[in-house]
Amino acid sequence: MRNGLLIDYEFCSGCQSCEIACKQEHGFGVGKWGIRVLDEGPWEIDEKTMNWNKIPTPTSLCDLCADRQAKGKLPTCVHHCLAGVMRFGPIDELIVEMDKKPNQVLFVPGPYTCK
Amino acid sequence: MATRPKIDSGIEAFNNDLDKPWQFEEDGYTVTRGCAWSAPGCHPVGCGIKFYVNEDGILEKVEGDENQPITQGRLCVRCLTLPDMTYHPDRVIYPMKRAFEDRGKNKWERITWDEAYEIIETNIKDIKEKYGPESIVVFGGTGREGGPMCGPYGQAMLGTPNSCYTQSGYACYIPRVAAATFVTGATYPEMDYAGGLPGRYDDPMYKIPEVMMTWGKEPLPSNGDGFFGHSVIDCMKRGSKLISVDPRTNWLATRAVYHLPLRPGTDAALGMAMLNIIISEGLYDEEFVSLYCYGFEQLAERVATMPPERAAEICGIDVEDIYGATRMYANAQNAAILWGLAIDQKANGAQAGHCILALEALTGNLDVPGGQLLGDVTDSLADLGFGWSSLGPELQNKIIGLKEYPAYVAIVLNSHADLTLEAMETGEPYEIHAGFIASTNLLAGTCAAQPKRWHDAMQKLDFVFAADCWITPTIQCCADVILPLATFAERESGVAVHYGASPNMTGSVVNAVQVGETKGDLEIQYEIGRRIMPDNYAKFPTLYDFMEEFRFGNNIDYNELKEEVTRQRKVTYKKYELGLLRPDRKRGFNTPTGRVELYSTMFAQFGEDPLPYYEEPQRSPISTPELMEEYPFVLTTGSRVYAYFHSEGKQIPLLRELNPDPWIEINPKDAEKLGIIDGEWVNVENEFGRCELKAKITPVVRQGLANAQHGFWFPEEDAEEPHLYGVWRCNINNLMPHKFVGKLGFGAPFKCIICKIEKLNK
Repeated sequence: MRNGLLIDYEFCSGCQSCEIACKQEHGFGVGKWGIRVLDEGPWEIDEKTMNWNKIPTPTSLCDLCADRQAKGKLPTCVHHCLAGVMRFGPIDELIVEMDKKPNQVLFVPGPYTCK
Repeated sequence: MATRPKIDSGIEAFNNDLDKPWQFEEDGYTVTRGCAWSAPGCHPVGCGIKFYVNEDGILEKVEGDENQPITQGRLCVRCLTLPDMTYHPDRVIYPMKRAFEDRGKNKWERITWDEAYEIIETNIKDIKEKYGPESIVVFGGTGREGGPMCGPYGQAMLGTPNSCYTQSGYACYIPRVAAATFVTGATYPEMDYAGGLPGRYDDPMYKIPEVMMTWGKEPLPSNGDGFFGHSVIDCMKRGSKLISVDPRTNWLATRAVYHLPLRPGTDAALGMAMLNIIISEGLYDEEFVSLYCYGFEQLAERVATMPPERAAEICGIDVEDIYGATRMYANAQNAAILWGLAIDQKANGAQAGHCILALEALTGNLDVPGGQLLGDVTDSLADLGFGWSSLGPELQNKIIGLKEYPAYVAIVLNSHADLTLEAMETGEPYEIHAGFIASTNLLAGTCAAQPKRWHDAMQKLDFVFAADCWITPTIQCCADVILPLATFAERESGVAVHYGASPNMTGSVVNAVQVGETKGDLEIQYEIGRRIMPDNYAKFPTLYDFMEEFRFGNNIDYNELKEEVTRQRKVTYKKYELGLLRPDRKRGFNTPTGRVELYSTMFAQFGEDPLPYYEEPQRSPISTPELMEEYPFVLTTGSRVYAYFHSEGKQIPLLRELNPDPWIEINPKDAEKLGIIDGEWVNVENEFGRCELKAKITPVVRQGLANAQHGFWFPEEDAEEPHLYGVWRCNINNLMPHKFVGKLGFGAPFKCIICKIEKLNK
């Protein structure tokens, strides 16, 4: 079973702890990311409603913290997420969680299959 | 050990460090557990940190400590970059001096601590002898560990009454504290998020707030006053509904059931209207009001003058939303208001604060689970007035502003900020000759209005010393000696959440590493104090004796705390029924009448209206319509970002990448009218000053409103005068007026002034 990241973007505040924790773990430095928070908004749906979702999106550099996994530890983004909106695990378990509420997204990072 | 409540990240299911000792070995690292305070700055949230130190004694990385009961392993970007800050090449890690004639030049020379202390002692004693101890001012900043030490730094360590938080009208925290003290007799009713309860949100004593109302506060990035902001998200996941009172649509407001985007500075009008609805519709807690409130009839009469329809017009919001939000708040079983900095940043703020406290009281939400938590008089942590009594009446009476603003000076034992600047400029009531810059970068668009005036006044001082981690623009301008300040990984201390003002948690601050010759605030105070004011420190044979009394009120042994890392404090609800709010242990509240004073006898005593009232900001479309053609924008400032704590962090590449330039938020329609595009540098100007900021075109501000970022300077630019790291170019406080304060001296319009915005190269 593949592992994935399940993210509840209803409550992601866009704090970017995942980005920086990831950079620190992997030494990516400026200009490289293993995960990036997509800032989807803000734009007005109508006068009183704003669309604004922050969606952490793993990049091609995300290996789901393989080194940490080998020690049984959580990926660092999940560990440090201030809003506690990220979960890591086998996708069959995550899909069960996913069915419980809307506004979630499941990422399954890995090498491209096309090359 | 109590069960660790889940934050839903699944930490329990993986290998973790739950129940590990305060120090352990892992993969060649010595891992030390402790809590964060400063430096780098934050307010006292006490986030749990694991410091990973390698065999060479270098702090290689930090991780969040899962054992900390509130943060539970979570960390923000400022803590995550701690190692980058710790070993940054620009960091000051040895004491340094500079010749008086080289002020403003980057000509610093490394010295020993002994020499630094000798220079400080000689100069301070000399100036005290020549001009009197009152000729010394301690310049203090916000919530870093050195922030609340501003009083003792002056009054205990140096022997001057003039400890001064330099922001006009003390427009941060203290106006709220004053209102809370006068109306409720308690320091500050913080939202109860179960920080002190062993089972946290699942503790049987606790109840999740049915409604939370954020009011002029963006708790997520700010963690204001030590409140762990993401507790709001924890509660929302558990069912709390949100009301947001904020001129901007911050991200949190998009998740609110009601968002009331009021015009900046009109909070008291909205508060009065809400009280009006609650009273006229009978939505208040009759038992609590009759047993524990004073002046209900007078309050009812006063708020009747503010019908919701009138408030809607003043605030520029829909009246139905005022009704809806008020009913939702008042009808909740339990509800919490999170009041923020916006309350402090207007001359009318004490009255807005008074309204909010009255809302909490009328609805019976004071000191109930998931409501507002009050401090317990039997469990206080520290004596913030350390040194004050040793000054004696003659020096006490010389504190600047006592005559003009006694309420301000007495409540915080600080000299009045605006009058202190005037004293430095004019020599009245007496001349100021020396200063200590204590953990503040006040010139860099942080806690000073008219920073150029402060700059010019500070430059004239005969002797200035400073404690910080960096050569800041403030230090470069005028300091003669710098003392290198330790990070929270390099010092021993303790951090009480919310300054210990409400029952929550106390954590250890540990020296996991030594970097250069840095020292913490406690050590600096203790060592200088023993030289200059030895009598005040004679009863502390060691630094630990001093720490345990000063930081913990002798209730905690540091070595025990270090091993426990965190210790939750005793939580008791409805303390007004138990005699735990008053030093005489009688039932009721610690006010002159023993009740929550909706009609405040303390406000009356200081010559202020005992009831809340609304007053327009000094500059606004209503109060100064004649200025609006030239300055058509209402300007609010100081909203917080995750990357920085005020002026800090600009040197850290990973943080700067998140927020490279200082911005001003402008509505798309306004930007179109002005021909301004996103990312363009613009001129922001009013009658008090100007600066340049990068336009961020966004609908989070309504038309006619602009929101400017504060605290920017450019450590990569020319360090020397007159450029001074570019500190003036983007300094939004250039636009903030001097002494636009309230009747009692509190509050200043950092969040409700006016300005124009135009293309930079018109």
